[in-house]
Amino acid sequence: MEHVVIIGNGISGVTAARHIRKLSDKKITIVSAETDFFFSRTALMYVYMGHMKFEHTQPYEPWFWKKNNINLKKGYVSEINTDKKELFFAEGDTLSYDKLIIATGSKPNKFGWPGQDLDGVMGMYHKQDLENLEKYAPDNTTCKRAVIVGGGLIGIELAEMLHSRNIPVTFLVRESSFWNGVLPAQESAMINREIIENHIDLRLGVNLKEIKSDNNGQVKSVVIAETGEEIECNVVGLTTGVSPNIDFIKDADIETGRGVKVNRYLETNIKDVYAIGDCAEQHEAIGQRRPIEAVWYTGRMMGETVAQTICGNKIEYKPGHWFNSAKFIDIEYQTYGWVWAQPKENEARFYWEHESGKKCIHINYDKKTHEFIGINNFGIRMRHEFFDKILTEKRSVEYVLEHLADANFDPEFYKLHEPEIVAKFNKENNTNIQLKKKSWKRIFSA
Amino acid sequence: MKAIKHTGLVIFLIGLLIFTASIFTGNFSLTQTEVDNFIAEKGYKSEIIKTELSKAVVGKELNIFEFSSNVRNAFDTSNKHYDDLIAKYDAEKNWDAKGQQYQYKIYGKPHTLSYNLAKKAGSGFIKENAGLMWFLTFGLGIIGALLFIIPNLILLGQPGIKNNGIYLESPTNKGLIAWLVLIFLVSFYLVLYFMPDYIVNWTYILDPISKALNGGEASQWFVYGFLYCVIMLVMGVRMYIKYRHNKYQIIRTTSVLFFQIVFAFLIPEIMTSLNMPGYDFKNAFPLDYDFFFEWNLDSLRNSGGIGLFILVWGIVLTLIIVPVMVYFFGKRWYCSWVCGCGGLAETLGDPYRQHSDKSLNAWKLERWLIHSVLVFSLVMTLVTLYCYFTGAESFIGIKSQWIKDTYSFLIGAWFAGVIGTGFYPIFGNRVWCRFGCPLAAYLGLVQRFKSRFRITTNGGQCISCGNCSTYCEQGIDVRAYAQKGENIVRSSCVGCGICSAVCPRGVLKLENGPEKGRINPTDILLGNDVDLMKLVNEK
Repeated sequence: MEHVVIIGNGISGVTAARHIRKLSDKKITIVSAETDFFFSRTALMYVYMGHMKFEHTQPYEPWFWKKNNINLKKGYVSEINTDKKELFFAEGDTLSYDKLIIATGSKPNKFGWPGQDLDGVMGMYHKQDLENLEKYAPDNTTCKRAVIVGGGLIGIELAEMLHSRNIPVTFLVRESSFWNGVLPAQESAMINREIIENHIDLRLGVNLKEIKSDNNGQVKSVVIAETGEEIECNVVGLTTGVSPNIDFIKDADIETGRGVKVNRYLETNIKDVYAIGDCAEQHEAIGQRRPIEAVWYTGRMMGETVAQTICGNKIEYKPGHWFNSAKFIDIEYQTYGWVWAQPKENEARFYWEHESGKKCIHINYDKKTHEFIGINNFGIRMRHEFFDKILTEKRSVEYVLEHLADANFDPEFYKLHEPEIVAKFNKENNTNIQLKKKSWKRIFSA
Repeated sequence: MKAIKHTGLVIFLIGLLIFTASIFTGNFSLTQTEVDNFIAEKGYKSEIIKTELSKAVVGKELNIFEFSSNVRNAFDTSNKHYDDLIAKYDAEKNWDAKGQQYQYKIYGKPHTLSYNLAKKAGSGFIKENAGLMWFLTFGLGIIGALLFIIPNLILLGQPGIKNNGIYLESPTNKGLIAWLVLIFLVSFYLVLYFMPDYIVNWTYILDPISKALNGGEASQWFVYGFLYCVIMLVMGVRMYIKYRHNKYQIIRTTSVLFFQIVFAFLIPEIMTSLNMPGYDFKNAFPLDYDFFFEWNLDSLRNSGGIGLFILVWGIVLTLIIVPVMVYFFGKRWYCSWVCGCGGLAETLGDPYRQHSDKSLNAWKLERWLIHSVLVFSLVMTLVTLYCYFTGAESFIGIKSQWIKDTYSFLIGAWFAGVIGTGFYPIFGNRVWCRFGCPLAAYLGLVQRFKSRFRITTNGGQCISCGNCSTYCEQGIDVRAYAQKGENIVRSSCVGCGICSAVCPRGVLKLENGPEKGRINPTDILLGNDVDLMKLVNEK
């Protein structure tokens, strides 16, 4: 019986294992050094905030693995011998495989700052980071202030986490506005306001110079490069992005760039070795996507796809229309299709913001053809199916606005802003789009 | 703000302490005339009960526990006297004499007999100062609780899901305080159901309100009903603040408060004052398990037009209104919008919703238990009705009185009350609704097989975080469906809407739509390769 070994028990590896099991009775082993069982990494923040216990982040009960005949092995793979098809563990043992899937995810970036390895300096990625945070920032007497370096999704989550325990937070963001490499200016400004309203000390356009130590090797303060200001703190969160977690294969024959290089079949240069998820790097970017996508959803899709290939139904990794979501403290965010921070030459934009300043939508469409390209929605939920269909059918922005009621996914009784949104578009574009009533028929015809 | 909160807590605890301590106060004694009148009124034939009761309570100054014990002993002695005679004549084979003795026996629950006497026997500060005592108990409790709750408007920060610290704090994380609350609630229900005479002092506090509403004095059930409404109102304020960003929760909370206060409490009280049978028009059989009991049928038949109307309404409610509404809106229209049990669970129980067991084993247990109770209630009703119309004492070998008593005790008192509410802090707020309620079982069957209601999963947006499952009070592993891109169609879902509220990615939406496509199993989620999705999902 063929033995499929998966290194990494995150969403990519576990999705692959589940689908391989559905398609075959191959022997499957999932290897992880981090935890015994699969957990949702994106939910770690809720454990610190007290919304959940760690066990709640595990989507499957412990019996699931045995019942589905998926072996779990805890161990740290230190070396891969692709000739002998064998893994060597730091603990000393070995494991041979017939097919190998590398799904080791990411690790937090560090950029060589002085003091970046002091006690109390941490990322927010692994379960161990959570334990560290619990140790150094259990409350606001142990941790009188925390400084977060890096304005991305993990940065703002870490800020929200610390804020939930009333720990004062200073948030150092390199960009002139939060996440404005991804978000257009209006949305970025909205999130700036949200951060400040939550009493987080947001510093825009600043870089970290160094982290200073006290006599015990613990964080004492950070120094800002631009101003030389020193901020006293007990914890420093480094959230300046992630990169593929592939140090352990540097010596193997597997081709790597920033990540493990894969073709569209998620195959590496070595036969029977695949890579999926955050650690996989496409030789050439797919569509407008980046060669490495450290996103939950793409990891899952690669897992779904590679399982087919391994089970004999060789299939290309072809992710569909881009979508993503996040939550910025109290503001939910979803996006379907592409809305770049800066409009491209052929693109026009329509932006509507609610008077509360906490909801908005931003639609990107083609200037000439009016084809819908993408939408950002903040504080309003939208149907994934609706926009997926719109993008597939290449509908126009007018069509989208006309059917906005179908798209809405807010809970029942929520105030709907569609008439206001359509009116604004009509006014700005001298159009006469009439909002159609919500139609179950259209919604479920997909 | 924190200071106000803490002050509120102290005031609340003082109110609770006075309320609890008030049980232990007061003097209980009766005059000879009162005892005589009582015996005459009840028509007791026992020749020795008068002596025994007089000995027990006349001219004495007793606290309620001594009083209760004396009264119960008096009844015991009287019954024992005749039991001995029965045994004696039995041994002598003197059947006539033996048969005559039964009329002297006094039936009824000892604590209820004692309650009836105690209600007349009490005197003391509480009875004489009902208004002041109301303020010191209910008043302080309400003021304290509101002072504790209202500062959350500011302390919780911006509107939004603020479950911060739920698993870090003792009361909501099964800590010591949770266990203390459990002990208090369980004791409360045990006393309420089985030892009502011990809480007769509470009825004095509410006598004036009861008289104003229905013209009569307060019973322990009036105390329970009033307390129920007060608790739901106060904890409803907490819901309004906690979920102030979520209109579904606001409207739903308003609805359960309205149905509890108006339908379950006020209308029956007013009906009683008008000499009608007090009836809760929303309480559907088989949750209203004694609707078809003889005494109720008789009472309805003897109440003229209104009685007949209630009888017809009760049957139409269960057979037509309930399933039709479930078809259109799901069982939520009842369980989390109208029902009193649901109402308490959604207000007082909200802080404990995360404790429901999500394991597969719990789900198996749930299906066995709740459907067993449904069958139990139906068999009981069948036996009762058969006996009612034929005059028989039993049917298919089951004694009517026995099965009614057993159901009332096991399901009505222990399951719904003591366990259902008492265990909130440890097992979550819907233990009864999930494992025991026969009406929920019935609604659930309709919801599962013939309804437009579902929780829609938003394509591939789920990140498996687990907030939905954690906060599902019915123990549904919502995430298991959401992460597969599948809609949630489960018989136990009461549609509280919290899974949708706590979802950080906008994945879940409660909605009523066409039946087609309601159940949509998928293997490959939306967002991946279209061909692959087609290939795998359509298999």
